Amino acid sequence: MIEITNLVKRYKTVQALNGVSLQVAKGELFAYLGPNGSGKTTTIRILTGLTKPTSGDAYLNGCHFERDALKAKRQCGLVPQVVNLDTELTVRENLDIHGRIFKMPSGERRARTDALLEYVEMDDRGDSLVKHLSGGMKRRVMVARALLHSPEILFLDEPTVGLDPAIRRRLWSLLKKIQQGGATIFLTTHYIEEAEFLADRVAFLDFGNLVQLDTPNNLKARIGDWALDEMIDGHMHTQYFSSRSEAQAVIDQKQGGFSLRRVNLEDAFIALTGKKVSDDGSVAKTPEDNEPAATAPSPGAGGH
Amino acid sequence: MGGWFPIYLREILILQRKLLRQIASMSVSPLLYLIAFGLGMGRDITIQGRSYLEFLIPGLVAMNSMVQAFTIATEINVARFYWGIFEEFQAAPLSDAAYVTGEALAGITRALLSVIVVILIAAISGVRLSYNLFFWLAVILNSFLFSSLAIGLAMVVKSHADQSLLTNFVITPMAFLGGTFFPLDKMPPWVQGLLKLLPLTPASEAIRASAYGQTPPWFPYLILTVLGGAMFVLAIKLVKKARD
Repeated sequence: MIEITNLVKRYKTVQALNGVSLQVAKGELFAYLGPNGSGKTTTIRILTGLTKPTSGDAYLNGCHFERDALKAKRQCGLVPQVVNLDTELTVRENLDIHGRIFKMPSGERRARTDALLEYVEMDDRGDSLVKHLSGGMKRRVMVARALLHSPEILFLDEPTVGLDPAIRRRLWSLLKKIQQGGATIFLTTHYIEEAEFLADRVAFLDFGNLVQLDTPNNLKARIGDWALDEMIDGHMHTQYFSSRSEAQAVIDQKQGGFSLRRVNLEDAFIALTGKKVSDDGSVAKTPEDNEPAATAPSPGAGGH
Repeated sequence: MGGWFPIYLREILILQRKLLRQIASMSVSPLLYLIAFGLGMGRDITIQGRSYLEFLIPGLVAMNSMVQAFTIATEINVARFYWGIFEEFQAAPLSDAAYVTGEALAGITRALLSVIVVILIAAISGVRLSYNLFFWLAVILNSFLFSSLAIGLAMVVKSHADQSLLTNFVITPMAFLGGTFFPLDKMPPWVQGLLKLLPLTPASEAIRASAYGQTPPWFPYLILTVLGGAMFVLAIKLVKKARD
């Protein structure tokens, strides 16, 4: 459904993408995970025709993203990171303009608008001016707009940034529902729990390089099933183990406070990239920041 | 190319939502110029055998249609820099030509509205001119030229502040020097030569001649058509370039 080959984007002094290649299958929910500046948005902008790549190829449902751009764009819906609705227009007017651009017949436009506003639970706000909506409502309208022309592929660039946890969870449910409807979803996020909860497969992106790509469970399994957190000299150190009994054996030999828990995707990201992504998307400092880039430790042999 | 209508419709819906404010804003400068230059300074002046007011109104029509057509650049930049709407269009299956056509038509619509405002002000001032087909053709060509120029320049500027600079350097001098407030034949020949190069000058000439009920010369129409076409093509190229 999405096929990217050796995508490169170089700005004057910055290498934003460094030869990214990947494939996303039909109906898959694919998460592109990385800190701010890792190249996530650049990838989506290139695929949706907003930015020209320096080199590389991409096919969207069989259409080349540049040579057959108009046809490729017809297959895609985009929810950008920044709210880009017409605030002076009503919700329905925003959707209507979008439907007209995609050359939808008027009857279909109206029917899809009604159905989608109900779908995103905004059917009572269709005639409200967008400027009178809350941030969460605007996000839902953007999702409805992106789905209006029934795209095969839905791109979402950090769709839950700035939303409170309850609304974020609501949007997650909506995305699951959209995937169940048959759409392929390509999502960028720096919220690790979002990728873990939603994605069939996750790609770790770091400084424009695709460093890992697998299912969340496989990525986690690469470092172990259990994580043992220990505070040493004011820094959190974590060891990974393939079984609880192995972890327990280490705990039994030590004194002091430990915390034993299941490995999560954040552990996998830290272990496999040597980085930690903080909630605002920046790369958080870890005690290992000054050390050479980490390699994936073998299960049970932890050390982060 | 057929996708121009939603772009046009969007601009018109926004215009309609703030129509009264827009009309008030379109009335301010022609009203001020009319009071200051027409009723104040020009009451006893005659030019080419007509009152200064009769000379001034066609100039104000040319100027106001130019300014309002050019204002589409501001609308585009607000949509581009503040609302991010331009990216919604870029990510849509919409050709650059369709986008430019929709915006250019929106610019022409704004300009026509502003000309109606000037005509009403003129009627209230007791000035009766001929608003025939040649008059409207010149207005439309002038608006087409300046809205196309505005779209192209809107793609070049990097911020809203740059847009104001462009208006100050491109539009304001033309508004005063393009045959709006005084006849060019009173100027020294070398100045006349320079001022005839301004795109507003043929527009003023064509609009004034047709408003006087004369058969206007064809040459200004040719210049406006050629320049308008060139600006339109340039705007399409600059929209394409603005993609990155």
